[in-house]
Amino acid sequence: MTFILCLENFFRSVSMATKPISNTSEWTFDLIDQYHNEIERIAGNFNLDTYPVQLEIITAEQMLDAYASIGMPIGYTHWSFGKEFVRNQKRYQRGQMGLAYEIVINSDPCIAYLMEENSITMQALVIAHAAYGHNSFFKNNYLFTTWTSADSIIDYLLFAKNYVSQCESRYGTEQVELILDSCHALKNFGVDRYKRPAKLSLQEEQSRQKEREEYLQSQVNDLWRTIPTKDLDSNSDKPACFPSEPQENILYFIEKNAPLLEPWQRELVRIVRKIAQYFYPQRQTQVMNEGWATFWHYTILNQLYDEGLASDGFMVEFLQSHTNVVYQPEFDSPYFSGINPYALGFSMMSDLRRICEHPTDEDRKWFPEFAGSNWQATLDTAMRNFKDESFIGQYLSPKIIRDFKLFSILDDDKQKEIEVSAIHNDAGYQHIRETLSDQYNLGSLEPNIQVHNVDIRGDRSLTLRHTQYHRIPLDESANEVMKHAAHLWGFNVRLETVSPDGSIVHTFVCEQ
Amino acid sequence: MSRIVDRRLNGKNKSAVNRQKFIRRFRKQIKKAVTDAASQRSITDFDKGESVSIPNRDISEPFFHHGKGGKREQIYPGNKEFQTGDKIPRPQENTGKGQGKEASNEGEGVDDFIFELTREEFLQFFFEDLELPNLIKTKLTTITETKKVRAGHTSDGIPTNINVIRSLTGAMGRRMALRAPYRNRLKEAVDELNELLKQYEKTDQVIIDLQDEILRLENKIKNIPYIDTFDLRYNNFTDRPTPTTQAVMFCIMDVSGSMGQAEKDMAKRFFMLLYMFLTRNYEKIQVVFISHHTVANEVDEETFFYSRETGGTVVSSALKLVTEIIQDRFPTNDWNIYIAQASDGDNWQNDSTTCKHLLNEKIMPYVQYYAYIEITEDRHQNLWQEYLTLKNQWDNFDMQRIEHLNDIYPVFRKLFQKREHGN
Repeated sequence: MTFILCLENFFRSVSMATKPISNTSEWTFDLIDQYHNEIERIAGNFNLDTYPVQLEIITAEQMLDAYASIGMPIGYTHWSFGKEFVRNQKRYQRGQMGLAYEIVINSDPCIAYLMEENSITMQALVIAHAAYGHNSFFKNNYLFTTWTSADSIIDYLLFAKNYVSQCESRYGTEQVELILDSCHALKNFGVDRYKRPAKLSLQEEQSRQKEREEYLQSQVNDLWRTIPTKDLDSNSDKPACFPSEPQENILYFIEKNAPLLEPWQRELVRIVRKIAQYFYPQRQTQVMNEGWATFWHYTILNQLYDEGLASDGFMVEFLQSHTNVVYQPEFDSPYFSGINPYALGFSMMSDLRRICEHPTDEDRKWFPEFAGSNWQATLDTAMRNFKDESFIGQYLSPKIIRDFKLFSILDDDKQKEIEVSAIHNDAGYQHIRETLSDQYNLGSLEPNIQVHNVDIRGDRSLTLRHTQYHRIPLDESANEVMKHAAHLWGFNVRLETVSPDGSIVHTFVCEQ
Repeated sequence: MSRIVDRRLNGKNKSAVNRQKFIRRFRKQIKKAVTDAASQRSITDFDKGESVSIPNRDISEPFFHHGKGGKREQIYPGNKEFQTGDKIPRPQENTGKGQGKEASNEGEGVDDFIFELTREEFLQFFFEDLELPNLIKTKLTTITETKKVRAGHTSDGIPTNINVIRSLTGAMGRRMALRAPYRNRLKEAVDELNELLKQYEKTDQVIIDLQDEILRLENKIKNIPYIDTFDLRYNNFTDRPTPTTQAVMFCIMDVSGSMGQAEKDMAKRFFMLLYMFLTRNYEKIQVVFISHHTVANEVDEETFFYSRETGGTVVSSALKLVTEIIQDRFPTNDWNIYIAQASDGDNWQNDSTTCKHLLNEKIMPYVQYYAYIEITEDRHQNLWQEYLTLKNQWDNFDMQRIEHLNDIYPVFRKLFQKREHGN
């Protein structure tokens, strides 16, 4: 059967080689289907390993809806999503913002949205970019395979949505909102960075949720038991330290140990942190993910053109859009807003292929392990085993640094002036590579705040410890976040800022 | 394998719930913005949405992130003339921005968060915590209003309700049924006669008997009536109670010489507000404009607001006209009646007591609400004093004073603010 299919594809590509699939910009279901079949075939020839694809045609309004719910097809309701929606709607109507061409969901089957307003060229671009590029990244990158479960995320979101609305009808919208607000403030600190999270599943969630409620509550009660036990008293010359080791997942710690939370409130904390965990890999692989998808839409559509399946007009429109996507404004341009992940990612992926196919002496010196090797295998390895930080640290070549004319600025508030610490020359390559890599390290981008101690025998206060990175202080909005933390914890929360040498430089207490 | 799904027909307002939550959450800020907008808006274009702005800091969601300061190193693209070790004075903005990614978003976002309220939402906020006095009571009473609805057919009724088709089909059926036995016998008799004629003479007794019978049968068939009284069917109607929400609003304005264009303008704004407020509560609203000086006239809107007349003032003339119109056109069990009167308070001396009596006996018992606004910067006039006693007597009577344009909305709010239902 597969053999026949392959043959068919082969004949089709030969027989239609002289005739492009379409010559107009209007799309039809039939055309989308034809382009999709061809793209699928080409992607298969390039050995892209993907989930099955589901293409969904949506309107601009639906795209705005999808935006507001962080791209997911369902989600629990919360005012912040409404705010996001209202903001985008306004900007879209005013023409300040174009809509993204694509949203793709890391699920099995992989759902890619095609917007009604787009031309057939853009639809083909989105299919190649999202339905094959991102899709294969989702399926194979180690962060996604270990940290997210594509087959169950939709189910879990459905569970979350239903659970939140149940809580709303049972405990009141306001109560639910208070908890969710507080959880959202801490959601970036609701992820395990090192521990592999458990798989999500709707049925299990529902059946276990009840058990979990009871069990959790009994654990909490045990921790906060006020009746003194004998052996505790005999050991009490040294104050017990709880937790015994600092905890990086603040929401998890609160879910398990906050003294006053009701079971349903704990479940809400859990939902927010589970969803944050699901998005954590995306935040760490922006450059790679976009670079990979952009590289493949470029490669696949060019292949389409080489086979005569895409017209010249198609290519002109595609290339114009592609060029806009990978444009990197220079630092002094009014359009500059940081390094464009599409530009950097696409250049690096293309550069990897170049190093494999046409290595220079410099490449052989910098990348002896793969210069001149099979490019598909090299790209595949890179895609599977890295995240932005390590990918840049491993693969940023001197050529890219020169092409982008990268330079590094050292801004030390103890100095009067800022300093150019490295530029795109022999002496600077290594430094720029390290600095750029660190720039994508969430560990140094986000403040390092961990649960340090709970005064279980005293005032039950929770102490968070912020370990400073390069003396960078917390933004003042931290005070607001502390209120949310205190709301969840139910007692005082203390935030200590610690300098690398271990001394406490600043303490902030939020009274409950 | 792969699938293409057309989702375009799926609902697009998936975010409506979240939008509602957002609006509810920031109702205090939105309300303030609406009130501000309302005061700047001309009353005539009240009937549309409004863009509302909320300070960004109020709606930001806090999270732990790095602030300014410390030591950080950042990579930038597009080097032109820099060499390693160059010292550059620190630029004013943009220092210490973590990652530049947000910069483009925040480009316009630094100032307030602006978004559109629809007309309904705008009015919702605008009239929030206002209510129509006595609304509940009338709703209950108007339930007694009924409507005739068709309810099948009956066998008796009045001639105008005869259902011709039903009646005639019934008659036809009856005729066929009654005719059937005679017809059969007639057919037999005719056949028999034809048989007998072959054997007997026409004068034979058998033949004559048979011919008599045939004649009798034919007569019987002929005598079956074409239509009978019990064929008649009548359309049946029953009464079904239907709640009506209809209101009539009387605008009474003094157009005597003492009311200038400015005062009239204020009165107009007040009436507009009231009208919009009523449209939110009633399906059907009629407005009756009554202008008066020494005599009162029912006029159209144009004349009401723009014609100028001179002369003295006799308020009771208008009140008399109101009672007549109510009696003629607005039966009080069908209509919720609201009266708003605007005047500068100047009235012919003895007339004010007449007004009081008229209101007490002929008007106040029948109306939902009577609002009097006095538009003047002078001291209160005699009408005000008389009305004060009314105010104490009637719950549904209220009066306020407007001095400036800015007073209109607050006064309106004061008149219609939600109050405890004491009784």
